Amino acid sequence: MRAYIPKDDVQAKAYYTDRYYVAPQVPKSEVETDEVFASDLEAIKAKFEVKEAFIQVEQMVVYINAHDIYGVLELMRDELEYTQLSELSAIDWLAKDNTFEIFYQMLSMKKRKRIRIKYFIQNGQAVDSVEKLFRSADWSEREMYDMFGIEANGHPFMKRILMPYDWQGHPLLKTYPLQGDEFASWYEVDKIYGKEAREEIGPEIRDTARVDRYDSQRFARLGFEVPKGTEITGEEERNVDSYQEEEGVFLIKKLNKETSKIIDDPQR
Amino acid sequence: MAQHKINYTQDGGLPVALTSIDKIVNWGRSNSLWALTYGLACCGIEMMASGASRFDFDRFGTIFRASPRQADVMIVAGTLTKKHAEFIKRLYDQMTEPRWVISMGSCANTGGMFNTYATVQGVDRIIPVDLYLPGCAPRPETLQYGVMLLQKKIRANHASKAQKAKRLM
Repeated sequence: MRAYIPKDDVQAKAYYTDRYYVAPQVPKSEVETDEVFASDLEAIKAKFEVKEAFIQVEQMVVYINAHDIYGVLELMRDELEYTQLSELSAIDWLAKDNTFEIFYQMLSMKKRKRIRIKYFIQNGQAVDSVEKLFRSADWSEREMYDMFGIEANGHPFMKRILMPYDWQGHPLLKTYPLQGDEFASWYEVDKIYGKEAREEIGPEIRDTARVDRYDSQRFARLGFEVPKGTEITGEEERNVDSYQEEEGVFLIKKLNKETSKIIDDPQR
Repeated sequence: MAQHKINYTQDGGLPVALTSIDKIVNWGRSNSLWALTYGLACCGIEMMASGASRFDFDRFGTIFRASPRQADVMIVAGTLTKKHAEFIKRLYDQMTEPRWVISMGSCANTGGMFNTYATVQGVDRIIPVDLYLPGCAPRPETLQYGVMLLQKKIRANHASKAQKAKRLM
């Protein structure tokens, strides 16, 4: 059995631990093994401080300082021909050391190479927006703000992109419960009917293993429905579906199932 | 004088049908169920198929309308997100009474496979639902059956009495 973890303060701290098998890291290789990457790294190193660099799965990963990001991406776009920012987001390491890891996935169509620029920021720290360099960063940074709460300085429209503007909490944080916190579970009720309607509408039913006592008695026997409490023998008569009342419907011809033609061939 | 013999007492002889107000009103309501075009997710594809020529909703008098003001029935076809919840309520309020709601598919019924923070766990948390269709997604036949059941339900109403408006609360 899994050890019991108190869930009272689940919002305050990370519940995430490596409970399961953690796959080993893909082997890293030296940057010098690839000429293109080596020269790119030299160009970055000439102007900015590089903390760590290696090649992993044929892509170079470069760790830099957080305040250098705009300069590094500008250099890569204008001089190193990395003209596309394919993706930008964050990784939640709050449980480990209260930091976020921000990554920028760059693509050069000319060199046919991908470089990932990475850096760490402390929780609560903002990043510099690169929206002026790459238009794709516009939505990516908004999504990063929406999902992690990391703001981008200099962004023209720093608002949520996926969740509603009046949402509270940042859903991709590892401390955020998948099925929503208190605010999320009452969001639509509070917004539409007001808080006083909570009691009347009731909490969400989220137990997927919930079994209603009527489920197997009433609904599971399509065409052989029986009244409640009847013992099922397996020899019930089939209930013929009727769409019309016994006495017929005003102005509408009565459908007679026995005399109507039933088309068996679906490929008719 | 008529050249051919008309039996006035037989069915179809007179261009007159005798009935009650209830029946004629319910006949009108149940056979012109104009549906609000409301495809939210993949169930919307099945709803569109139901409206298209193979399954042909027009023969039930169910014609999709793009405006809630012209619609009688709202077919909620798909996943309702929490962000969209206020809009379904607004559209429902814009429909004129009497109005009906069909909740189509697992997502609209219970949230379905989306047991997450962003999905409303059943549209009946927002608006009153008349009919739940199971399936992921339900086949057009299921939707047809649902519409026919709804027609049956409408026919059971007393049109002469003022109908009690459905309210979630």
